[in-house]
Amino acid sequence: MALIEIENLSVTFATAGRKVRAVQDVSFKVEAQQSFGLVGESGSGKSTILRAICGMAPITGGQIRIDGKPLPTPRGRAFAAQVQMVFQDPYASLHPRHTVDRVLSEPLAIHGQGGSDAKIEQALIDVGLPPAFRFRYPHQLSGGQRQRVAIARALMLQPQILLLDEPTSALDASVQAETLNLLSRLRAERGLTFVMVSHDLAVIDHMCDRVLVMQNGQAVEELSREALASAAMTTPYARALFAASADRMLEG
Amino acid sequence: MTLLSVKNLRVTFDTETGPVQAVRGVSFDLGRERLGIVGESGSGKTMTGRAVLRLIRAPGRIEADAMTFDGQDLMAASEPDLRALRGRRIAMVMQDPKFSLNPVMKVGAQLMEGLRQRDNAPRAEARAKAIAALEAVQIRDPERVMDSYPHELSGGMGQRVMIAMMLIPDPDLLIADEPTSALDVTVQAEVLNILDDLVKTRGMGLIFISHDLRLVARFCDRVLVMYKGKIVEELAAKDLLQAKHPYTQGLLSCLPRIGGSRGALPALDRNADWAR
Repeated sequence: MALIEIENLSVTFATAGRKVRAVQDVSFKVEAQQSFGLVGESGSGKSTILRAICGMAPITGGQIRIDGKPLPTPRGRAFAAQVQMVFQDPYASLHPRHTVDRVLSEPLAIHGQGGSDAKIEQALIDVGLPPAFRFRYPHQLSGGQRQRVAIARALMLQPQILLLDEPTSALDASVQAETLNLLSRLRAERGLTFVMVSHDLAVIDHMCDRVLVMQNGQAVEELSREALASAAMTTPYARALFAASADRMLEG
Repeated sequence: MTLLSVKNLRVTFDTETGPVQAVRGVSFDLGRERLGIVGESGSGKTMTGRAVLRLIRAPGRIEADAMTFDGQDLMAASEPDLRALRGRRIAMVMQDPKFSLNPVMKVGAQLMEGLRQRDNAPRAEARAKAIAALEAVQIRDPERVMDSYPHELSGGMGQRVMIAMMLIPDPDLLIADEPTSALDVTVQAEVLNILDDLVKTRGMGLIFISHDLRLVARFCDRVLVMYKGKIVEELAAKDLLQAKHPYTQGLLSCLPRIGGSRGALPALDRNADWAR
């Protein structure tokens, strides 16, 4: 049985006088310890799917199951202990007036887990930051260091599933490489399951076993890593995305 | 013909802990061609672009042995001289349309502002020119865009509006600072094609600043690679894959590739001799 099952998911935002169908009838499955990619341009609904899983978007149809069980609404603590999300922009997702220590201790406090001292130091070491960074504020960190803190925060409760919303698109190429390496290492060490959103096919290809191409809220094509590498996509949109990919540009 | 010549440019900021040099002795010549400047955050690439327009405020200081644009000495130019140059002869496209367009002013008014203020153009003429500029960047319904506020446009549209704005006075040199970093790959390709067409048909010079080496390689004729305020390598874009400098090679190899190996991506070695 797949760990994450998404069946005919629809998300509709109702704004003044009109309805925006951000996600329409999208289905996919992610096996445990697999890494699944969602790719598409802005507005294709890929981030909305992650937000729907976390209960942060109005689901108007379909079902999301984790471990075979439908998710409760509101999601609750058990969900947070199992599924965590890392957001796109580390400049916006960390509270500017909270120290790293406070960011990392909050999930432990909410879940009534003790021993936060040792856990925070270990969490920082795990993401490759010196423990001395514990009492810094976000503005005292670089973009790559902030994203490491955001990853450490997501991992505080030892979740099984990590939802990654463009985790490196705000970072430079060299820092992106370091962050992707960190994510790969953590996934191998802890047996994590990833659902990763990106508009960069090369990043998705590097990180994911399977990828779903999306456009205008609809699933266009699901590709295995091999199909992607051998350019075996069948739909024109997936092909266009492939052709526009930055790493094709040298040959182009 | 040389359009812009920069010799030994230095940009210094005085901080509490002493002077920090953001740009340390950069020299280059630019004709009517596409020059790419690549580097990581903090490499001084944006500061180099801004220094050409003398757009660095105190306490920052710009020093150069020589900086000339079309025969005019930029270092000796007075503030009114510079105002006449900025926008009209040398234009700059900024990184993020969200922060660079005025959020409480309609796009049309922003596009027409320069024409009305600078050229004293009548309203109807300014509007016609603004619409023509939007059409030049392939915006399909310019009338609607003219009457929109920036938040009603997508990122790609906003970026095209900024490019249109810079093209209205028909500048000789366009400095584009990460013009596509905020955009999706498919939109990125479109915006680059538009820029490329405009450079070709109007015979502009272009300085293209980006952290994406492969993008620059495809788009530019020549590439300067910057690290910590210095140019570490200058090469023709087509020779990029044969780059000799370890920093350039590092920047290239740290990018994941479709169908590449899934091993750890090589990290940049910032401790080697060249980094000092």
